[in-house]
Amino acid sequence: MSMQKRGARKMIELKVNKKTYRLDVDPETPLLWALREELGLNGTKYSCGIGECGACVVHVDGEATRSCVTTVSEVKGKEITTIEGLAGSIGEALQEAWIEGDVPQCGYCQSGQIMTAAELLASNPRPSDSEIDAAMSGVLCRCGTYNEIRQAIHRAAGRPRP
Amino acid sequence: MSGTQVNEGRRQFLQVGFIAGAGLIVGGLSKQVAASSETPQSSASKASGNLAPNAWIRIAKSSEVTVVINHSELGQGIFTALAMIAAEELEADWSKVRTEMASMDPVYANPAFGVQATGGSTSVSTCWEELRKAGAATRELLVAAAASTWKVPARECRAESGKVVHQPSGRTLLYGQLVEKAAGMPVPDKIPLKKQGDFNMIGKRMPKLDTKPKTQGKAVFGMDVQLKGLLTAVITHPPVFGGRLKSIDATKAKSMPGVRKVVPISTGVAVVADRFWQAKKASEALRIEWDLREKANLSSESIRARWAELAKQRGVRVRDVGDVETAMKKAAKVVEAVYELPFQAHGCPEPMNCTAHVRDDGCDVWVPTQNQGGSQEVTAAVTGLDLDRVRVHTTFSGGGFGRRGDVDFVIEAVEVSKAVKAPVKVVWTREEDIRHDHFRPASYHVVRAGLDATGKPIAFHHLFVGPSYMDGIIDTLAPAIMPRWLPRSLKNAVSSAAIPIVKYARSAESASGGAAAMPYAVDNVRLEYFKDDPGVPVGAWRSVANSQHAFVVESFMDEIASAGAKDALQLRLDLLKNSQKWSNVLRTAAEKSGWDRKPPEGVYRGISVHAFDATPAAMVAEISVDKAGLVKVHRVVCAVDCGTVINPKIVEAQISGGIAFGLTATLKGSVTIAKGRARQANFDDFPLLRMDEMPRVEVHIVPSEAAPTGIGEVGVPPIAPAVANAVYAATGKRIRRLPITSRDLATV
Repeated sequence: MSMQKRGARKMIELKVNKKTYRLDVDPETPLLWALREELGLNGTKYSCGIGECGACVVHVDGEATRSCVTTVSEVKGKEITTIEGLAGSIGEALQEAWIEGDVPQCGYCQSGQIMTAAELLASNPRPSDSEIDAAMSGVLCRCGTYNEIRQAIHRAAGRPRP
Repeated sequence: MSGTQVNEGRRQFLQVGFIAGAGLIVGGLSKQVAASSETPQSSASKASGNLAPNAWIRIAKSSEVTVVINHSELGQGIFTALAMIAAEELEADWSKVRTEMASMDPVYANPAFGVQATGGSTSVSTCWEELRKAGAATRELLVAAAASTWKVPARECRAESGKVVHQPSGRTLLYGQLVEKAAGMPVPDKIPLKKQGDFNMIGKRMPKLDTKPKTQGKAVFGMDVQLKGLLTAVITHPPVFGGRLKSIDATKAKSMPGVRKVVPISTGVAVVADRFWQAKKASEALRIEWDLREKANLSSESIRARWAELAKQRGVRVRDVGDVETAMKKAAKVVEAVYELPFQAHGCPEPMNCTAHVRDDGCDVWVPTQNQGGSQEVTAAVTGLDLDRVRVHTTFSGGGFGRRGDVDFVIEAVEVSKAVKAPVKVVWTREEDIRHDHFRPASYHVVRAGLDATGKPIAFHHLFVGPSYMDGIIDTLAPAIMPRWLPRSLKNAVSSAAIPIVKYARSAESASGGAAAMPYAVDNVRLEYFKDDPGVPVGAWRSVANSQHAFVVESFMDEIASAGAKDALQLRLDLLKNSQKWSNVLRTAAEKSGWDRKPPEGVYRGISVHAFDATPAAMVAEISVDKAGLVKVHRVVCAVDCGTVINPKIVEAQISGGIAFGLTATLKGSVTIAKGRARQANFDDFPLLRMDEMPRVEVHIVPSEAAPTGIGEVGVPPIAPAVANAVYAATGKRIRRLPITSRDLATV
């Protein structure tokens, strides 16, 4: 433990936003901190550290995942997507809808909101109000932008997609 | 660089210059601020010298307009609102407008506080005139420059959407083409401001300037500051309020990977490591012995018992109109109730953090702060550096709500960086953030009303007990408010009591915010405050004391209405005959909500009205209560009068956000004290409102041509009493303690 030297650890391979990285980190390091501190991908936020608020949501093999309670060893070799790498028609539609609705206030939770919404639209292209509430209620926004988020998701869902 | 100085009116100087690479610069130097904060020598050198440090507007040769913003963007939309004010007068092309956070300069001080700081919903009202003048002056210079280029009279030229048009010929020049010439033009003595009817942007739903980076994960918050060689520190604070460090065994922590140093600091112990996770794991391995001191037995229950006793005594009379005691004796009926409010945490989504780099010759601080002046001052105090060697860089803030007006985390970062001689980012864990918050004070209120035979209140007596939110803040603010040229040793010696804001903060009035201004026309009114500080750290929390007093006064108004068999709306309107702004919003909210019509089956309504400072807002809440006692808020209708509206979208967002913030304190969590510490530590035991709990919100803005007043805090105070009054309508149970618990309302 205390004798563990940096060089003695095994390198961990992470696939983030379609790039492959080899990181020399403690395998128990939460994915959140590897993304932020090792890869400089600061769009994913730390807020609660216990998987309670959703500010740190990223996609792991397409699934919305709380990166603050997911260790790097758990996601070895899996496809990780962060807000910086969110692409494709759903991602674009969401970001456009967010901008059109001027959704963010302080903005700190919005990456987590958008990543969670992207997973929802991938599985349910035209969600109802209650389906949106069910999918999104685990992502906290202290500024209370919830109504604007719901509207933006509807707008994104209504946008014609190829 | 060329420059001219314009004496524009008595109060201020506007300065104009051109800097190669930067373009046209229009800056301000407020005489009032200069007089209190600068030596005569430094003011004079500024007036003739470098213009860039205190600019308001810059226009580049590319025609890009930069508006410098002296207020922190916390989510309240201030970058957009202030830029709109300047851009309106400037006749700018909104797509070419960008903002830049101000550096440190006395010209950027907030006149409401005497230092550069954001709070009290003062940003728009204090910048309104100055930014309009700066925009208008810049516009006049550009028009003059165009007229001179074309050799035509200036009156034939008009500025519009980022260019000057020569109306007879239709020729145009972009602002960027005019900047060099404009800097040399004499500014007219009188700078005409636009009439309200001519506004193109103010009052319109202009797109916000910070939306895009916040949607793409690109906005830089304090947490996101990156520097070469940056270390991260995690702080362990004493478990008990007021505790002190006795001894540390850091043997294990120091041997853990990435750990650089373990540093005892004034507020606890810092573990400094290469990475956050390493610092966090190592701080969990510390063995610390604390001197718990005298607060180790403090609890919410002991505080409550003490306040119930103190409430039997006389407090400081903040307001005393007529003769309350005699009127109570004459009253046909006396109503009395006790209301209690708990401590509340801010729960800023971005936990407290600060990055500092202390060097021998200066210090840079990167911080999400509402208090640049205080940050600079404490940095200078910790390092011994002169103020002008301390640079404060303001990042975006992931929430502020008043918490970031304190500078405890700045002191920590500077202390740690000084000790390790490297740039350090102090990051509080969520647990530290909630446990060591500077809470919204708890308070204990006794209210009494005397009613005449018709049910009209003739006496109103409100006594409250609790700490004052300003006490914690003012100690760090006070030295920053004093003149910059005063040596620090003298600042500490000078009695800060002479400074108006300090005087206000120390007075009973600051804790009475929203209660002293109770507008109901009752002939005999007394407000008493018994200040008692149990030793739980307190601070400003969105809407400060208003969130407490509005709940008490507006809930009790409903009790008075019930006792006198009057309609809750009609009684208020009767007592607000002389307060037109208040009765207007109240009437509007009632009308728009359909107050006089029956609500849907199972839905009940409650109403309230409260003014945060000069901005009254009324709310009607529609709720239902299920058998388990769970309160669901379906719809909130709000009417607000904030004077001239800069951007209705921002007003709506602030009201809606204030409702969400206030509902969290109404329906969800609170901070309770046991064994001298906060029981809550994270969002599992201090829950926030969720999407499925957010009501529909309708905001109705009362049209006004008056100067703009604040909006950021206005939405918080009225929501708790509106909901509590609706709960009474639904269940017949009075809510006199927050948060509302389903246990109290359950019928099964």
